[in-house]
Amino acid sequence: MRRLKILLAAPVLALMLTAAEPAAAPDRPLSDPAQEARAQALFKDVRCVVCQHEAIADSPAGVAGDMRRLIREQIAAGASDQAVRQDLVRRFGDYVLFTPPVRAGTWLLWFGPFVLVLLAGGTLILRARRRPTEVAPLSPEEERRLDEVLANETLRRDLDATSPHDGRLSGSTIER
Amino acid sequence: MIVEFGAFALALALALSVLQTVLSAAGRARRSPVLAGAAEGAAIGAAAATALAFAALIYAFVISDFSVSNVAANSHTDKPMLYKVAGAWGSHEGSLLLWCLVLTVFGAVLARARGLPFGLKASAVATQGALGSLFLAFAVFTSSPFVRLDPAPFQGASLNPLLQDPALAVHPPLLYAGYVGFSVCFSLAVAALIEGRAQTAFWPAWGRWVRPWALASWAFLTVGITLGSFWAYYELGWGGWWFWDPVENASFMPWLAGAALLHSAVVTERRGALAGWTVFLALLAFSFSMLGAFLVRSGVLTSVHAFAVDPQRGMMLLAILGLTAGAAFALFAWRAPQLKGGGMFAPISREGALVLNNLFLTAAAATVLLGTLYPLILEAASGATISVGPPYFAATFVPLMTVAFLILPAGPLLAWKRGDLPGAMQRLAVAAGLALVCALAAYALWSPKKALAAAGIGLGAWLILGALVEVAERTRLFRASTAETLRRLKRLPLGAWGMSLAHLGLGVFILGAVVETGFKAEAARALTLGQSVSAGPWTVTLDQVRVVEGPNYLAEQGRLTVRPSNDRGRAKTVTAERRFFPAGGQTTTEVGLDFRGLDDVYVVMGERAGTPEAPAWVVRLYWNPWARLIFLGPMIMAFGGLLSLLDRRLRLGVGARRRRPA
Repeated sequence: MRRLKILLAAPVLALMLTAAEPAAAPDRPLSDPAQEARAQALFKDVRCVVCQHEAIADSPAGVAGDMRRLIREQIAAGASDQAVRQDLVRRFGDYVLFTPPVRAGTWLLWFGPFVLVLLAGGTLILRARRRPTEVAPLSPEEERRLDEVLANETLRRDLDATSPHDGRLSGSTIER
Repeated sequence: MIVEFGAFALALALALSVLQTVLSAAGRARRSPVLAGAAEGAAIGAAAATALAFAALIYAFVISDFSVSNVAANSHTDKPMLYKVAGAWGSHEGSLLLWCLVLTVFGAVLARARGLPFGLKASAVATQGALGSLFLAFAVFTSSPFVRLDPAPFQGASLNPLLQDPALAVHPPLLYAGYVGFSVCFSLAVAALIEGRAQTAFWPAWGRWVRPWALASWAFLTVGITLGSFWAYYELGWGGWWFWDPVENASFMPWLAGAALLHSAVVTERRGALAGWTVFLALLAFSFSMLGAFLVRSGVLTSVHAFAVDPQRGMMLLAILGLTAGAAFALFAWRAPQLKGGGMFAPISREGALVLNNLFLTAAAATVLLGTLYPLILEAASGATISVGPPYFAATFVPLMTVAFLILPAGPLLAWKRGDLPGAMQRLAVAAGLALVCALAAYALWSPKKALAAAGIGLGAWLILGALVEVAERTRLFRASTAETLRRLKRLPLGAWGMSLAHLGLGVFILGAVVETGFKAEAARALTLGQSVSAGPWTVTLDQVRVVEGPNYLAEQGRLTVRPSNDRGRAKTVTAERRFFPAGGQTTTEVGLDFRGLDDVYVVMGERAGTPEAPAWVVRLYWNPWARLIFLGPMIMAFGGLLSLLDRRLRLGVGARRRRPA
């Protein structure tokens, strides 16, 4: 019974596996390795327009195969990478490239992260300059509490102190 | 019957969660330990009830009860048992129930925690209860997994075959433990804002309460994301492991925020400083978790990982996200100016280094957020459609993180309050020199010559060596006697080991990622039996193709021989499959993986080509050098997090809270 199922299913399976891919003709790499390398690099930046967030380099979809063939043909005909990209954008829109265009609408996208770091870094530097790095002297109340703590507790050495300076400091002044 | 019992338990959990919120808030307002104690009981009850509901759902999946609509939609009698069980969290309803389970169980552990001041704990338990109420209400009223079908079908529609994989069976529970673990940080942060302690003594203690949760959540999330990435790597059959896909980004944002939180909580715990910032990050981490859930579930983003998409429920999630994050950040804006942490420090100090770490990690999280949401925002605003993919992140995220990694090894060598930068640099000189040698050697020896990849190798080596220098410094290696070094090594706190391991794991990951990205090779060819294809130093020959029958699929299985092209080395046989699942009419690939040291030789059986007389199969071959490190590195990082979690200092005064549930 099982065997029969396999026998019956095998042609169906073969049909399913091939019919799903009408453009199953495997990719024919360009004969010039340098050109083929350029094509491969472009494939990684071009989105398969019917897939979900997949580059045509990775997509098994028929459309992706067509797009790969198109790009290879253009490269073989001597088009520059830039020209191929422009042609793709003309046909499919900006959406087709995984590298978003740099224009007024995308400045925030491209420069936002760096502006953020510069702004935050600048603020930090300004604050560090304005704020005295010396620890303010203790108030009389704090002095009193410090005395109390020192009198009542046996402080042990801070095991977590990584810097040898830390260790030496606590070792000599507190551990007594 | 058991299914109805599950539905009842779920409703009961919602009622108990509401009760938990109300009782705890009332207990806090009236300073009544009795009410607060009752709220803690309700929290434990809610967790137990959710666990029962979850068990009932798993039971329905195990016995294939197709009268339950969720089971009928996601299971099949032919499915192996592991995937029947995993099917319980494979759908929207089931995964939401899992989310609620983690949320309430963590809530119960929080309720059992000892040593927290009364007000803070009552507020935190109330907040956690409110979160639980919202998500449980969402589950009960719109997404109950216990809805019956009448008439019941004879067979189920089965789980998406892509998800039928051991790594993916455990991926959601781990991921959710991470996502939802941040809810406790969130609740503790909201509680701290409500309690609004001005005295400096409060914040170190608060930092100590938050840190174990942040550590545990971050470690879970690390493992969860790594498993997901590994699954995508070998199951999707595309040879890659990360594509800056929106769903990948959705899990990466809370991870980055969580990593920032871990580091800033250290400053708050040790020095009482950065209190407001740590509170902010605690709110941010869980907000990102909820945003991630929304992005994945709502279908606003297209992704290869987007399963169980439903726009209407997405809107509900957005409402929950807006309500909770909105309220929490409003509270933050109101109270933050009054938060007074102590702890002055000089710019060059451990604190200063951790502030820089936070600057870069949050900027990185913001970059990922921007890259993920920008296409949506732009399309809504101007109608223009763009795609944001790997090239964008390579140009923004990568340089930011590179700067952060360059600074990283110096941080742990600086003292608290005021550090000695020249001293730290002097101690790192050997590591820097060796890292430079690694980079130069990689450039000279590895062909094709790639300057960026070589620099990346140097960066990875820098992190690994930096972590080793850190341990050597703590133990005074070569500067004290061997006995003294050994004594210090033995007394090194687990937290220190954890930190060094995590940083080392990061270096390991970078090595793997850089080498794999820089030097991988691939080839695809239609092969008839006996023909070969080569990529990098490997040649693969197609030996045999046969049809095999799995429990719920049929497959064309290819047997292929992998051998070094120069014939120096052993040949190995791998099998790769192309599976057809009749239940859903889908085709998947099973990659043939040959582990060669750190490298992967990765073989995918493609579609049939050629003529019926001379059949051929498209075989895609990838050589992924050092790919093993990509998944090993994060595991080391997570293990470091675990070690830190076991540190005695975090256990002290934390009591029962340390006993973490699975």
